[in-house]
Amino acid sequence: MSKYLLNKFLFTVDRDPELVERYRADPRGLVEWWESTTANTLLNCHSGEASTWLAFTDEEREALIAHDHVKLFSLGSHPFLTLTLFIAMFERDNTSPLEYQKAYGAALAGFTLPYPDITT
Amino acid sequence: MASIVAVIASTHHPFYYRASTSTGEDRPPFADEWTRKILAFRETLTRANPDVLVMVGSDHFHQLWLDNMPQFLVGKAPVYDANWYNEEREFGLPRMTLKGHEDLSSHILRSGLDAGFDLAFSNELRIDHSITCPIITLRPEADLPIVPIYTNIFAPPLPQPSRFVQLGSALRKIIDEWPPHLRVAVIGTGHLSLELGGPRQFGPHGPDPSFDEKAVSWIANGDLDGCLREVSLDSLHAPGNATHGFMDFMLMMGVAGAGVKADYVDTFDLFHTMEAYFTWYPNGVAA
Repeated sequence: MSKYLLNKFLFTVDRDPELVERYRADPRGLVEWWESTTANTLLNCHSGEASTWLAFTDEEREALIAHDHVKLFSLGSHPFLTLTLFIAMFERDNTSPLEYQKAYGAALAGFTLPYPDITT
Repeated sequence: MASIVAVIASTHHPFYYRASTSTGEDRPPFADEWTRKILAFRETLTRANPDVLVMVGSDHFHQLWLDNMPQFLVGKAPVYDANWYNEEREFGLPRMTLKGHEDLSSHILRSGLDAGFDLAFSNELRIDHSITCPIITLRPEADLPIVPIYTNIFAPPLPQPSRFVQLGSALRKIIDEWPPHLRVAVIGTGHLSLELGGPRQFGPHGPDPSFDEKAVSWIANGDLDGCLREVSLDSLHAPGNATHGFMDFMLMMGVAGAGVKADYVDTFDLFHTMEAYFTWYPNGVAA
């Protein structure tokens, strides 16, 4: 399991408006494209260098493709990253203030303390 | 020598800017009272007449990332650009540019390293809402040079709560020993109980009002002993999964000093989280 790589996906997609839209519209296409092109990019580094070993597990990949924030929470992805990106994708569909944010929390109602460990 | 003319601890609520500037149907019902409280809080900094601001906050995965994560970082740059695309997107925050104070940054880095804090530094730092929110609330002119100090309250493993207090105490001494005769305000922001991305988020109040009541009392009374007795890295999960941001309040209690009561205390019970505002005047209340 790679909490780090899940977080890296959420982090890099969230900061790019074009990727946010692609993830909303075509999650499978975006996740598979990202894993094959970006998962091993060293972010704080000169371009042209890359890591060689980062890949999602099947469970992680499917959770991202399904936009399944409950599963991502259970896998220990950082809840701030997940929340921020998912608000960017879905808050626009709200019919009342904070509708999506409240539903997002309600979907996690089955979790009690201690929550899944987010330590990377 | 420099003098610390105000020590300020505050929550940093990214919704304030939009709430306070919205009009008509877009203006939320709590905006007027919130704005009144902020204007009163702002006056506590204005009357201290500072020349330079030391700003303690925490990057929210904007520039600092898990491949290279510092625990405590001091900005040392002549200029800081501020706010990020996703903060414009979600909170409507404006892009800002703030002047830096490199001489004070250097002094804090040298003295902090010599005092046993292995501080990281950055010569090109774009700061986020943990520092721009208090600029917006307390000094919207954004006209004073700053030294940003980032703490890791966000990406475990985290430093212990006592380490935040120790760094705050060290900063007090370090700034007091800075040779220029300048008036320094130290402003830090954190959270009371807070849940982000978990089942308790966006409730009608903060996720743990009883923690908030205790926390406000600890801060207002400078009760570091009581606070350190109850607060641990483990215990902070209980009030809400983002409550480790309270450790930045503990850092500010370290700056203010053990047992020193705040000269100004105010709170505002909002949905999602409680706001809290504290000011100390180490040299007495400004005239």
